[in-house]
Amino acid sequence: MQEALRFLLPDAEPVERTDFLEQARLARRGPEVSRGLPLTIRGVRKSFGANEVLRGIDLHIPAGQFVAIVGRSGCGKSTLLRLIAGLETIDAGTISFGEHARSEDVRVMFQEPRLLPWARVLSNVEVGLGRDRASSNAQIRAEKALTEVGLDDKRDQWPAVLSGGQKQRVALARALVSDPRVLAFDEPLGALDALTRISMQRLLERVWHDQAFTAILVTHDVSEAVALADRVLVIEHGRIAHDVAVDIPRPRRRGSADLAALEGSILRELLLSADETSDL
Amino acid sequence: MSLIESLPRVRSLRLPRADGLIQWIVPLVIVVVWQVACVSGFVPARVLPAPSDVALAGWKLLLSGELARNIWVSFWRASVGFVIGGGIGFAFGLMNGLSQLSSKLTDTTLQMVRNIPHLALIPLVILWFGIDESAKLFLVALGVFFPIYLNTLHGIRTVDPQLIEMGRIYGMTDGELFRRVIFPGALPSIFVGVRFALGIMWLTLIVAETIAASSGLGYMAMQAREFMLIDVVVLSILIYALLGKLADSASRVLERLTLSWHPAFQKH
Repeated sequence: MQEALRFLLPDAEPVERTDFLEQARLARRGPEVSRGLPLTIRGVRKSFGANEVLRGIDLHIPAGQFVAIVGRSGCGKSTLLRLIAGLETIDAGTISFGEHARSEDVRVMFQEPRLLPWARVLSNVEVGLGRDRASSNAQIRAEKALTEVGLDDKRDQWPAVLSGGQKQRVALARALVSDPRVLAFDEPLGALDALTRISMQRLLERVWHDQAFTAILVTHDVSEAVALADRVLVIEHGRIAHDVAVDIPRPRRRGSADLAALEGSILRELLLSADETSDL
Repeated sequence: MSLIESLPRVRSLRLPRADGLIQWIVPLVIVVVWQVACVSGFVPARVLPAPSDVALAGWKLLLSGELARNIWVSFWRASVGFVIGGGIGFAFGLMNGLSQLSSKLTDTTLQMVRNIPHLALIPLVILWFGIDESAKLFLVALGVFFPIYLNTLHGIRTVDPQLIEMGRIYGMTDGELFRRVIFPGALPSIFVGVRFALGIMWLTLIVAETIAASSGLGYMAMQAREFMLIDVVVLSILIYALLGKLADSASRVLERLTLSWHPAFQKH
C-alpha cells in the first residue's frame, strides 16, 4: 500500500520497482539480525540394518545461513536432513540447536507437497501452526503465509485443482506459517518442471531473505545449490567430502559465469568420485 | 477458435439436464414393452401380469393400508439391522486398522467367519430366535457387518503414510490425526463398503422374510403366492427394486456431500 502511494508522488525520484523492493526488504530485515537458530552436529552416525548410511558427520551451521547439501543418490543426504528434523533417531552423536528449540521452530518441506486432499488450501496452511491451530489468530496467520507465497486467491480451493507448483507453494506456506527458525528442504523442487523450478527457487530465496531462518536444502541439482546457498556441502560415502563457500553476492544472476564455474567444479568432484566407485 | 471454445460449453449445458432423465429411458422402455406384450396376449396373465394390473394391485393394497405397513416393517428391519451390523463392523474396522494388537487378536477369527455364507445360518437362526424380529435383524446385521468391516479396515490401512508422517511432524495429537487425516482418508473406502452392504442388506432381508416371517414385503409376496395373486408377487419384487435404488441413491448423495474434495466428485 505504502509503496503504491510513494510511486504516485510527483516529485519522487523514479525508482526501479525491483530495486525498490530489494531495498525495502533489506531495511525490514536489518543488518546482522537473524531469527534463525544455529545448528551443531557432532559425530552423527546412522545405519539402517547393516547399511551404515552416515559415518560420522561433524558440522556447524551459523544462524540464518543457507546451506545446500548435494551428493549422489543414496549418499545419506536425505537421512541427514531427516535426523536434523527429528524424523529419525540418531545412532550416535548429537545434533543441537543453539538454544532450546520448540517443535514449531523446525519445519520440513518434502519433495511431495503432502497436502490433505480433503482440506481447503487455507486449512492446509493452518495445519502448519502446530499447537497454535486453535488460537484465535490462526486464520489470519494462515492468510498471511498464503499471501507470502502469492496464493491468497486460492484459499478456498481444494488441493486437487492446483498445479504441482502451486501445491508446493501451499506446502511452503504451511511450513512458514509457524515462523520456523530452521527450515529443512528435502528436494522440494525435484518434481517440478524447469520453469516452475526457477520461480520456486526465487520464492525460496525471497522468503529466506525476508524471514531470516536457517535453511538447509537437500538437492541433487548442483546448479540449484550454488544459485541459492551460502555454502554447499558435498556428502560422499556418509561423510562430508567438501565444504564449499559460495561467495557470490545476491541477487545472483542465473547463468552467470561465476555460478557456472562453481557448479562445474563441484560437479567435477562428484563425477570423479563416481568414477572411483564404479572402478571398484 | 470460437468452435473449440463453444464445444465444451454446449456439452456442459446439455449433459446435466439429460443425465437425470437418460437413466430412466431403459426402465421405461421395458415397462412399455411389457405392457404391450401382456395386453396383446403374447404373455399370458398367469405367467406375468401387465404393469397396469400390478399398479392396480398396489393401489388396492395401498388403500387397505397393508402395503404401507409391510413396507414400513421391512424398511425398519433393514435399517436397524444395517445400523447394528454396520456399527459393529465399523468399530472393528477402526480398532483393527489402528491397533496391531486388536488386529492380531481378532482379524483371523473374523476372516474365518466371513467365509461362511451368512444365509447358511438360517436354520440355526430359526432354532435360536424362532421367526421373531431378532432373527431377521441378526441375519441382516451379520450380512452387513463384513463389507463394512473389510472396507473400513482397508481404508484405514491404505491412508497415505506420508500424510500421517506430515501430521505427526506438525504436532497433531492422536485424536487430531484420526479426525483430520486417517478418517477422511479412509472415507472413500468406507463408502464402497456401505454400498456393498446396502445390496447385501436387501438380499438378506428378502430371503429371511420369505422363509420365516409373519409380516414384511417378503411375507406379503409369499402369502400372495399361496393365493395365486401373481400381481402382488410382482409388485413386491418391484418394490424391492425401488427400495434398493433408493438406498443406493441416498448413499450417493451422502458420498457427494462428504467427498466433495475428491476429484471424482467435483462439479465442473
